[in-house]
Amino acid sequence: MVAQRLNAILDSDLWWSFTRSKVVVGAAIVTLLLFVAALIAPWISLQDPWDPGALQLINSRNPPVWIEGGTWEFPLGTDNQGRDMYSAILYGLRVSLVVGFLAVIFAMVLGILLGLASGYLGGMTDTVIMRVADVQLTFPAILIALLIGGIVRGVMTPADFEAVAVYVLVLSIGLSQWVQFARTVRGQTLVEKNKEYVQAARVIGLPARLIMLRHVLPNVMGPVLVIATINLAVAILTEATLSFLGVGVPATRPSLGTLIQIGNGFLFSGEWWIVIFPGITMAILVLAVNLLGDWLRDALNPKLR
Amino acid sequence: MDMRSVLKTGACAAVLAMAAGGALAQEKVLRWSSQGDAFSMDPYVRNESLTLGVMSNVYEGLTRRDTKTLEIQPGLAIKWEQQEPTRWRFWLRQGVKFHDGRPFTADDVVFSFNRVKVGASDLKTRVAGIKEAKKVDDFTVDFITDVPNPIIHYEWDTWYILSASWAKENHALETVDVTKTTPNFASTSANGTGAYLLTYREADVRTEFAVNPAWWDAEGKKKFNVTKVIYRPIKNPATAVAALLSGQIDVVEPVPVQDIDRINKSGQAKVQIGPELRTIFLGMDTDRNELVYSDVKGKNPFKDKRVRQAFYQAIDIEAIKTKIMRGLSVPSAMMIGDGVNGYDKSIKRLAYDPAAAKKLLTDAGYPNGFSVTLDCPNDRYVNDEAICQAVVGMLARIGVKVTLNAQSKTIIFPFYAAKRDTSFYMLGWTPGSVDSWNVLYNIVGSVKKDSQGRIVRGLFNYGAWSSPQLDDLTDKILVETDKAKRDAMISQAWKLHIDDIGHLPLHQQALAWGVRNNVSVVVSPFNRYDWSRVMVK
Repeated sequence: MVAQRLNAILDSDLWWSFTRSKVVVGAAIVTLLLFVAALIAPWISLQDPWDPGALQLINSRNPPVWIEGGTWEFPLGTDNQGRDMYSAILYGLRVSLVVGFLAVIFAMVLGILLGLASGYLGGMTDTVIMRVADVQLTFPAILIALLIGGIVRGVMTPADFEAVAVYVLVLSIGLSQWVQFARTVRGQTLVEKNKEYVQAARVIGLPARLIMLRHVLPNVMGPVLVIATINLAVAILTEATLSFLGVGVPATRPSLGTLIQIGNGFLFSGEWWIVIFPGITMAILVLAVNLLGDWLRDALNPKLR
Repeated sequence: MDMRSVLKTGACAAVLAMAAGGALAQEKVLRWSSQGDAFSMDPYVRNESLTLGVMSNVYEGLTRRDTKTLEIQPGLAIKWEQQEPTRWRFWLRQGVKFHDGRPFTADDVVFSFNRVKVGASDLKTRVAGIKEAKKVDDFTVDFITDVPNPIIHYEWDTWYILSASWAKENHALETVDVTKTTPNFASTSANGTGAYLLTYREADVRTEFAVNPAWWDAEGKKKFNVTKVIYRPIKNPATAVAALLSGQIDVVEPVPVQDIDRINKSGQAKVQIGPELRTIFLGMDTDRNELVYSDVKGKNPFKDKRVRQAFYQAIDIEAIKTKIMRGLSVPSAMMIGDGVNGYDKSIKRLAYDPAAAKKLLTDAGYPNGFSVTLDCPNDRYVNDEAICQAVVGMLARIGVKVTLNAQSKTIIFPFYAAKRDTSFYMLGWTPGSVDSWNVLYNIVGSVKKDSQGRIVRGLFNYGAWSSPQLDDLTDKILVETDKAKRDAMISQAWKLHIDDIGHLPLHQQALAWGVRNNVSVVVSPFNRYDWSRVMVK
């Protein structure tokens, strides 16, 4: 059974086009490596950068190991609080990926449900959902995320907020992204719902809910996957932006964006490692995910086959 | 809206034309930048160094303080005397003219006295305890106080005098808070007696000033040669430093401590460092029976002096000095810095000793520590957020879990004041009077309200630490005229505060102004921008 499945995958067009491009394979490997690194961060890091008690101010602003004054204790140097940059980047990567994934999944589920309902049911439901989407599209995503974050921050005490900061980010970024999913799914649904197989399903008396989920949904998933991959990169960047602006994760639990923000202040003073390493990590991650997204879009586009 | 409305007053234009066509053939422009803008052009709108500092070039008070020595000098008043215990007489300078040509008289002083007490004025404390200002003749004014007050004029260098008839004609009888309502004429225009006149105002972007050729101070005129000042707020310090080095700006304040080396090595500019009188400290809620932002329920750990001492001794102030402030801070054992009357350099900080701190915490009944939120501005003081983060780490090592709530000054300061329920906070304070009484009354005095429910004493004592004995002394210090007796009481009051560890003083930060090589400035311990002491080559 498993072998059969594997064979089916290896035989598919998708796999063929995947192996054909070295860039895509490279991007996939890099993405995978970063994922694994984030996953096993507690075991491969040298310090717990999220434990303020473990940081020694006296070790702050140490250079990387290959520069005079650097030690193997902090291979990539330390930031202004004495955080080991290498460990901080691993932990920061965790935040970025967790927020990115959860936000995209949240946006995808919400967008698919609303898009399906809108496209399949039509009428009043369609009008209401699409007008809400139109209105939301007039705001930049970052503004919506800022707004939601600001409101939650306002009603909660700082200690409570610190505990849920990641979920607030997921919620705010997710809510700023659902429209794209909803619109795409709605468009596809409008096309699919008049095809024979859907009409046949309707004739045998299946309820609308089942038709939408079992029959229409699998046929609209292609474009959704493409949007999801590209939006993953966008979500990671949005999280970094929010943290850079100081409204993301708490400063004592830095994500890549927070680290870049800290390092930004030291860029001119020669302590470049505080901003450069998190910056490079962020760039590589987003580039790799974007390359995968691009490839997926081309591979799934029948017109390009 | 076109902010050039100032120029509409014909007199102003005439003065400018004279300046342009007169002896000042060569224009000397000074381009000045700071992190924020003056809140408004109304000099009573905010009790804040930056707004008062910018406006000190346009408006003047009855007294003034030397930029460098802070010594009180005659300003718009030439002399003053406490003629009776509760009556002060001020003799005004004659022949002074406002920028639009109106003569300065006692009516303007009486008007300014009444104006600073009402509306959205944030400087009400300047005339607190004064019943009335009485015009004796055109150049003499009496001030009647509730109780004898020997230091009535100590902060009058920043209580600026407006023209009564100008304010009346332009319907600017009261100060308005520009964040809450429409600006009035005085919010966007200015008509003072100072060395500079306002020529252009675009809030948060650019404000321009031209030299006032009719300034009364002939001696003062020799101390500067600037003819035009362009003031530009640049929010990001790194951008400001880049602008300084590329020659787009002449003076930048503040320079981030990490960029000082780079500027000095550039050959384009130098960083001038001076001590600031501002003391940065941490305060704790010692008043409530249960902290609002903590996991300790039913009691308040900060009421126990041992806990406060544990916090004190857990803070490694030398590490903060060398690593975060890069040497540019003076660790302080007192709530005032060297230079403020009442400072005693023989008082030493409690030693940094985490083991002792841990033991104190255990003795107080918190062997496993507790959790509390530290509120902290992140764009007000030098490296404020970095200091708070370091404190979080240091307290973590004695088992206290601190949640850091670091936010912009525009959020955190209103938060302090709104409910006054912060459990643990950072604040900095410069006593404008250069005297301990100001701090004893505003920062460490017990919170006391007047009959209308407005807080008078302890307005900035957000943790409400209280010592009735200290309040008693503070009241006596205010009315005591004998210097030796007064100083003895001040030192007694500080001893009470230090022995009880009312607040945790951290340090006095150093000022760092980035100045291009062709410019010379005088760095003021008040961090006040004095453009009448600037020479441009």
